[in-house]
Amino acid sequence: MAISFDKALGDMPDKLALYGKRSSLLASNIANADTPGFKARDIDFQTMLAKAGGAQLALKTTHAGHIGGAGSMSANLDPLYRIPVQPSLDGNTVNIQVEQAEFTENAVRYQSTLTFLTGRFRGLKAAIKGE
Amino acid sequence: MSLFNIFDIAGSAMSSESIRLNVTASNLANAQSVGPDEASTYHARHPVFSSVMQSLQGGDAASVGVKVDGIIESQAPLERRYQPGHPLADDEGFIYMPNVSMVDEMANMISASRSYQSNVEVLNTSKQLMLATLRLGQ
Repeated sequence: MAISFDKALGDMPDKLALYGKRSSLLASNIANADTPGFKARDIDFQTMLAKAGGAQLALKTTHAGHIGGAGSMSANLDPLYRIPVQPSLDGNTVNIQVEQAEFTENAVRYQSTLTFLTGRFRGLKAAIKGE
Repeated sequence: MSLFNIFDIAGSAMSSESIRLNVTASNLANAQSVGPDEASTYHARHPVFSSVMQSLQGGDAASVGVKVDGIIESQAPLERRYQPGHPLADDEGFIYMPNVSMVDEMANMISASRSYQSNVEVLNTSKQLMLATLRLGQ
């Protein structure tokens, strides 16, 4: 029986890439907290994850010879604009407290995915060594 | 790798905020620099921020940095003060005070330093995440 690394890691590499993208988006929001007219953006995470689990991301095959790719989450990432709680007079919609909280949460999620991945690698190593 | 973008984004924000702090320092330092006429007297300066799409520079569309578009001088009228004994007084005995508002400048300074701190925090967190990613599987 062959060990498939893709199957062993599941959707975690995709998740990691998505968390990485999101952290750069949130960093942009925090960086532009004082820029007039800047609109805060974020990814609708639940929808993205749900899509990644479903078949919507698979490549469409229109011919018998086509190979249906699995597609990845980060491929069609579309940031949406945040609905401001307190829009400011200069048109900026960044709420720094919200962004900081989201950024920290995202970092924790990233780190926990890393921890899970490390666990999987440990399992694979144990399987390879046969201990 | 998108975590690398954060260094550019937070870096650009930190440099913009430090320019803002610099301008505030100039304003506070020159709050009492009186002059003999409207034109040569110090006017309060303010930086104008604008966002920079990294995608224009071949980067990711999701990452947006900050840059300082320029420094504008406040056009608020200067205060004329009657001090005929002052060496800089004009023919009528008036000197001109800079239009620097101490309260505005202090508020600006605190806002700039808080924003700077937020960006440092973002940078530190990203750095830790990257280092943790490097250690993956060990």
